[in-house]
Amino acid sequence: MIDIYSQLPILLIAIPLFAAPVCVLLGGRWLTYLLSVVVCGTTFAISIGLMQQVIKYGPIHYEIGNWKPPYGIEYVVDGLSGFVMMFVSALAAIVLLYGKPSIDAEIPRSKHYLFYASYLLCMTGLLGMCITGDLFNVFVFLEISSLSSYALISLGRTRRAPLAALQYLILGTIGATFFLIGIGLLYQMTGTLNMSDIANRLDTETGPRTLLVAFGFMTVGLFVKMAVFPLHSWLPNAYTYAPSVVTAFVAATATKVSVYAFIRLVFGIFKPEFAFEQMPLGTLLLTLSLVGIFIASTAAIFQDDVKRLLAYSSIAQIGYMLLGIGMATTDSLTAGIVHMFNHALIKGGLFMVVGCFVLRLGSSRLSDWRGAAKTMPLTSLAWAIGGLGLIGVPMTAGFVSKWLLLTSAFESNHQLVAGMMLVSSLLAVVYVWRVVETLYFSEQPSAAAKEASEAPVWMLVPMYAVIFAVLVFGVWTQFSAGLAAEAAQSLLPLDLVPTAPTVSPGGTP
Amino acid sequence: MIEWTGSNAIWIAMALPLLAVFWVFLFGNVPNLREAGSIVVSIVLFCVNVSLSKLVFRGGRPEFSFGEMLPGFELNFVVEPLGMVFALVASGLWVLTTIYAIGYMRGHHESNQTRFFACFAAAIFAAMAAAFAGNLFTLFIAYEIMTVSTYPLVTHHGDAKAKAGGRMYLGILLSTSIAFFMFAIVWTWQLAGTTDFREGGILSQAFEENRISSVLLAVLLGLFAYGIGKAALMPIHRWLPAAMVAPTPVSALLHAVAVVKVGVFSVLKVAVYIFGIDLLADTGASEWLCYVAGATILLGSLVAMTKDNLKARLAYSTVSQLAYITLGAALATPASVVGGGMHIAMHAVGKITLFFCAGAIYVGAHKTDISDMRGLGRAMPFTFGAFLLAAISIIGLPPGGGSWSKWFLAVGTVDRGMYFLTATLMVSSLLNIAYLVPIPVRAFLTPAGQEPMKINEAPLMCVVPLCITAVGSVLLFFFANEIYSVLEPIVGVQPDPS
Repeated sequence: MIDIYSQLPILLIAIPLFAAPVCVLLGGRWLTYLLSVVVCGTTFAISIGLMQQVIKYGPIHYEIGNWKPPYGIEYVVDGLSGFVMMFVSALAAIVLLYGKPSIDAEIPRSKHYLFYASYLLCMTGLLGMCITGDLFNVFVFLEISSLSSYALISLGRTRRAPLAALQYLILGTIGATFFLIGIGLLYQMTGTLNMSDIANRLDTETGPRTLLVAFGFMTVGLFVKMAVFPLHSWLPNAYTYAPSVVTAFVAATATKVSVYAFIRLVFGIFKPEFAFEQMPLGTLLLTLSLVGIFIASTAAIFQDDVKRLLAYSSIAQIGYMLLGIGMATTDSLTAGIVHMFNHALIKGGLFMVVGCFVLRLGSSRLSDWRGAAKTMPLTSLAWAIGGLGLIGVPMTAGFVSKWLLLTSAFESNHQLVAGMMLVSSLLAVVYVWRVVETLYFSEQPSAAAKEASEAPVWMLVPMYAVIFAVLVFGVWTQFSAGLAAEAAQSLLPLDLVPTAPTVSPGGTP
Repeated sequence: MIEWTGSNAIWIAMALPLLAVFWVFLFGNVPNLREAGSIVVSIVLFCVNVSLSKLVFRGGRPEFSFGEMLPGFELNFVVEPLGMVFALVASGLWVLTTIYAIGYMRGHHESNQTRFFACFAAAIFAAMAAAFAGNLFTLFIAYEIMTVSTYPLVTHHGDAKAKAGGRMYLGILLSTSIAFFMFAIVWTWQLAGTTDFREGGILSQAFEENRISSVLLAVLLGLFAYGIGKAALMPIHRWLPAAMVAPTPVSALLHAVAVVKVGVFSVLKVAVYIFGIDLLADTGASEWLCYVAGATILLGSLVAMTKDNLKARLAYSTVSQLAYITLGAALATPASVVGGGMHIAMHAVGKITLFFCAGAIYVGAHKTDISDMRGLGRAMPFTFGAFLLAAISIIGLPPGGGSWSKWFLAVGTVDRGMYFLTATLMVSSLLNIAYLVPIPVRAFLTPAGQEPMKINEAPLMCVVPLCITAVGSVLLFFFANEIYSVLEPIVGVQPDPS
């Protein structure tokens, strides 16, 4: 008798992976939808189960087919990967639960089964990138999630969607290839693909130049997938022209999983001493993210399409996560990881709001949203709350990560970064409030807004669940910040940069 | 049963306004029930605060903590005299404002009254949380909740003017608090290892250990003074006149009492409990702030004189009067700090009366411009009589409560040898006379215009509260000693145990 608990890591991947072709075989709309919802729900349940085991007994190592690592592929669930998998699967499930009316409206009926299959595959790829302990496997899952997301994006209503998908495909493939080249070089140096094995064999202090090249290739490759400025150009079009449900799912999860992979790369495979002392990764990350935050937030202010506005905001928000990584202290890494989670909630929630408006108003252009608060009060309120989260107002999740980032910046003597970060978050006030004002204070409501009705309950309930979570995790921080702190502690037990020679950073006794 | 202790009273005082929010939403369709709930809750809240104050004024410091919210940052509430006085003033005036608001909103047939009363109660919740905040982190959270919850009140009318006013309001308050206030808090935390409000301040050790120079202390104070945008120090005062697009009860309670007073109250608290007045006085870090506050006092009064719209004039008057309190903090002498604390109460009662009158004139006579108010006094004797009494208190003439607080502030300027500022205070009082007194005088003495007079007093629900606050502003003159003695402990004087 197989103990089901011990098989959870493989089930997490296998269930959605095999459900995808089943969707294609089943065809139809309702059956595939129900199957996908059930599969996503199961996956979420499994990831919760895994997380519980990790909290209780520590990291889980699962050997596929009982092949011992480093020869066989190993799945590893630890604090960080379990945390990321949990919110990825949660958002996948909740977005799908929410999305039925939007999917019906935006995607041709004949292609629904393909949509669900790609959706499940995309989720599989993202979860796989988190769970696997094998570097080549990371690449495989990266490609699974990427290819399926190209397909998902090309399902958009306008003819620009395939073009946006192609643009993403070209850049995404270049990024993935860079990543693969890096893997090849590492394999050549160490003769192994298991991540912890590579980490043990890699001599980062006196190793050959190849090491630098490999690190460079993999970093740039992941920068493309994370949409780090200036390699972000694929993202605005992809988010804008994809169906609303796809945007909500991809925006909430895909870039964060790439950030996760990057954290693993820097802290797990290469040693942080190598990345931040031998390579100028800290300076590079801080510069790129600050410049990116300012440019992308400013660009967001001038967008008329709300999806594009949020897309630019996402590029900026990735910058905050990278700031946390770039300052390279345990606390700042905690802040970065917390922001992955919080931003996934906030951006997922806001894109769900956009989906409701697109369904009822037929457009994501701000000019068509004028005065919609009269006819769609609940959806508009959800935008306002989510927007406050994005700005980082106290009692919302966004505040928690911003505060952690700020205090860690002060601790590691990055006062300038702290100041720039705060000033940059004012830009978020502008672009969020532009939409709020358009919704609430337009003298002339648009024709669509006058005749619109509130979004269906089926969409409102899951959407408000996410928006509510933004508030809950703004008050109840033990869960998110606690898990992130543990994960950061295991990745970076000792701060690299000496902390400020002041009092103990414990605060109140 | 919940035992009646100080720390229970703290959370009850914060829970009550929240209860009112739910009540208002629950009975949004039954106006009488909705408003009855608001009134009952506000009265209960006032009683809770009164009973809490007995403990605090005898030297007790009840505490209540929600535990650590973020590593090193506790959501913690400690009641000390300054916060207690502020909480008493805000909750006491909430009772009257609720009654007044019912008269005003109904007399005026305003829309969205449910949202109005709910946001109103939410703002009071934020005021209570700010008043009791035990550290900067908690204060910041309360401060931001107040900004967000009052935004729908400012933009209540929902037209282009409201939108512009709301944009200015939210833009200035949110951006200064995020860019400066938050930065200052984390900086303080890095220097002191805590953000708790403690008697004598928490920064003196860092200064003695040379971790911060007196110039940087002045910069840090500047981050606080301008980060707390609600104190409306020039040149970031523009949100206050802009917020006057709100219905008058909002202007009355929020922009004469709760919002602006949270601002100056926070400045006082930072000066007293974070820097400590000795540190400020020894290093001279707050000297520049004295001059900025002095300039704001004069300029605010001067601008007020040019305004014909009554609410706009009162708004600039508020800007000027708030700077008195900031000046009290910046002078950093015992007399000036206590004077500043007293002025929170004195100005609140006086200014709310003036706003109530402005609203009553609008409801009763539909007039907003001062030049149109000639001869109105005979039709509305109570309103303009109350206006005169409150104006006397704001100017600082006996028998108005404001005379005492201004007296102590003037003593503070003399203590510090800043005679230039003493003169500024005197000139400003003259300016106050010039822009406030002519309004009731003209209303009573000049004959009415050509139009036949068919104007009566506003509804009773409006007139009674404003008469009560007007009488209150006079009574405060006689009870000033009590306020002084309860506030003394904040500068280190131990309370009389009797």
